[in-house]
Amino acid sequence: MKIHEYQAKELFRKYSIPVPQGGVARTASEASARFKDYGANGVMVKTQILAGGRGKAGGIKKASSAAEAETLTQGFVGSTLKTYQGGGKGEVVKAVLIEERRAFTKEFYMAITVGRSEGLPVLIFSEAGGMDIEEVAHNSPEKVLKVAFDPETQVSAAHFAAKLKLTAEAEPLRAEFAATAEKLAKLFIGLDAALVEINPLVLKAEGGLLALDAKIAFDDNALFRHPELEAMKDPDEDDPKEQRAKKFGLNYISLEGNVGCLVNGAGLAMTTMDAIKGAGGDPANFLDVGGGATQEAVAEGFSIMLEDPNVKAIMVNIFGGIMKCDIIAQALVDASRKIGVKIPLVVRLEGTRVEEGREILKNSGLKFHVETSIADAAQTAVRLAKA
Amino acid sequence: MSILINKNTKVICQGITGKAGSFHAQQCLAYGTKLVGGVTPKKGGTDVGGIPVFNSVAEAKAGVGADATMVYVPAPFALAAIKEAADSRIPLIVVITEGIPTVDMIKAKKYASERGCRIIGPNCPGIITSEECKIGIMPGYIHKKGSVGIISRSGTLTYEAVWQTTQAGLGQTTCVGIGGDPVIGSSFIDLLTLFKDDPETKAILMLGEIGGSQEEEAAAYVKANIKKPVAAFIAGQTAPKGKRMGHAGAIISGSSGTAEEKYRVLAANGIKTIHNPSAIGPTLKEMLGVR
Repeated sequence: MKIHEYQAKELFRKYSIPVPQGGVARTASEASARFKDYGANGVMVKTQILAGGRGKAGGIKKASSAAEAETLTQGFVGSTLKTYQGGGKGEVVKAVLIEERRAFTKEFYMAITVGRSEGLPVLIFSEAGGMDIEEVAHNSPEKVLKVAFDPETQVSAAHFAAKLKLTAEAEPLRAEFAATAEKLAKLFIGLDAALVEINPLVLKAEGGLLALDAKIAFDDNALFRHPELEAMKDPDEDDPKEQRAKKFGLNYISLEGNVGCLVNGAGLAMTTMDAIKGAGGDPANFLDVGGGATQEAVAEGFSIMLEDPNVKAIMVNIFGGIMKCDIIAQALVDASRKIGVKIPLVVRLEGTRVEEGREILKNSGLKFHVETSIADAAQTAVRLAKA
Repeated sequence: MSILINKNTKVICQGITGKAGSFHAQQCLAYGTKLVGGVTPKKGGTDVGGIPVFNSVAEAKAGVGADATMVYVPAPFALAAIKEAADSRIPLIVVITEGIPTVDMIKAKKYASERGCRIIGPNCPGIITSEECKIGIMPGYIHKKGSVGIISRSGTLTYEAVWQTTQAGLGQTTCVGIGGDPVIGSSFIDLLTLFKDDPETKAILMLGEIGGSQEEEAAAYVKANIKKPVAAFIAGQTAPKGKRMGHAGAIISGSSGTAEEKYRVLAANGIKTIHNPSAIGPTLKEMLGVR
């Protein structure tokens, strides 16, 4: 679960990480009020969306007057902001954060996420913070430090102070960086985060560090431990079809292509998409009905896919494990009768009692295109979708 | 021969009185696994399909012995269950449970390794030595005793690959699902090390997925240490890029993580890369020179 910047900054305040003063605005009058509160030196008007990359997409602007803040807010709220981190889709801006402008002399980068290779949380730090941090990491990896830490014994300023490698210029700030890292680590562990990021972490003109931005994503598996975070959930984080699928235990992601696919298991589902692409087509979705593949799950999967007008053919790829192929075949027949599937259905079943399963499909009176290999099934589905 | 488990391995099941635990414990028993006991707090003295239930891992170990444990305990209690198994020095802890918080796995992994225990999983199908011992949720009948060692991050894709090696007449020694979570107990390298020294394993198949850099790290290990033929398939070549937040993910994984990059690194290290999912069995057959 991701939260917005203004929410992340509330949590930063709780963990004593300094952030600029500011407040949320959704209307012109709210914008004007925020400017009065925080605009002595002008304000920053920042769109609140869940994807990163807002600065580069023009979603962060400065305003020197209340009128300017109002105009910007009106322009932003309700508009769709598309960023390079947004995965192709834009996001509707529902609010802006209006903050005091602070003068600073240097930008740093500080984040914590879990390192898969390390098997531990890792503090990432760079003296070259700002919007181009990924290029820095790619072109000059030596400028990005990674410090793994044990969540039980190393959440301490002393650990980070000992591990940070700093240039002579940044050396005087060692204790401050380490203290900020400790607070950030406490937040990361205390709230079961998957990511916390400050970019930029700035050195104020008058001295002292300040988190100009704040990003937090939580470990969904640990949300049960933090009921207080529930209220921060943005209901628009997942698309409505994906949310509906989730209720039925399905994992669905909508894509651009025209070949729908329904598969049991995530790895096999990705493999099926690869096969469709390999056959010259484009998958319309990712849909994992779970290892079991019950009739209810299959029926719901069909109906979600068929709502997408782009879908011209469906490929079903199911490996019958604990759930035998004849039972799955019957579920497919019942579900397609119930839903009334009108487009070509290519079915590839494998596993135990597969012969009986294919027999059931053949005798159902429904038009199933039965294939035996993943590659053949994908080719047939792509051909039928084009026809 | 095989790795980690065989027909003599004594297995207990933690969380045996739950729906999944009781079903799969009995399936394992039916497969031939020496499933000697189960553990559920406060249910000691009862039984599940004839399998005696104990209140704690310590009691189970004292009562029936245990070389391995299969964990179905719900996610919020999984860390405590793993610690309990490690406290009793159960050498192999196979965690089937999905949805365990990442921080809990970080703690569990450290706790177990400090006590000399190995974790497989979590969120995985388990481990099986064909026709000898099944610890997990995989369909047993698709496995056939043979010569291929399999390591996989996936679930049903593993069954697909197992089935193809069975159909190709090769069979398997041991098949291990290591799970796809961010922090897992055993990596590709941990298991490659074991398959390397198993004389029955003539070829090794790795089934990877996009994300992380485990496959790349394994590739370098294979080149330096393994003389047996190794093949790999990576799922997710066409998976869409998700909406992301911030830069940390991109920075920590660097250039690795994509299927394309994984295939490139695997091939560069002498591993046979398989791109067609229907060609897993035939490719291994060819590599082993079997007609």
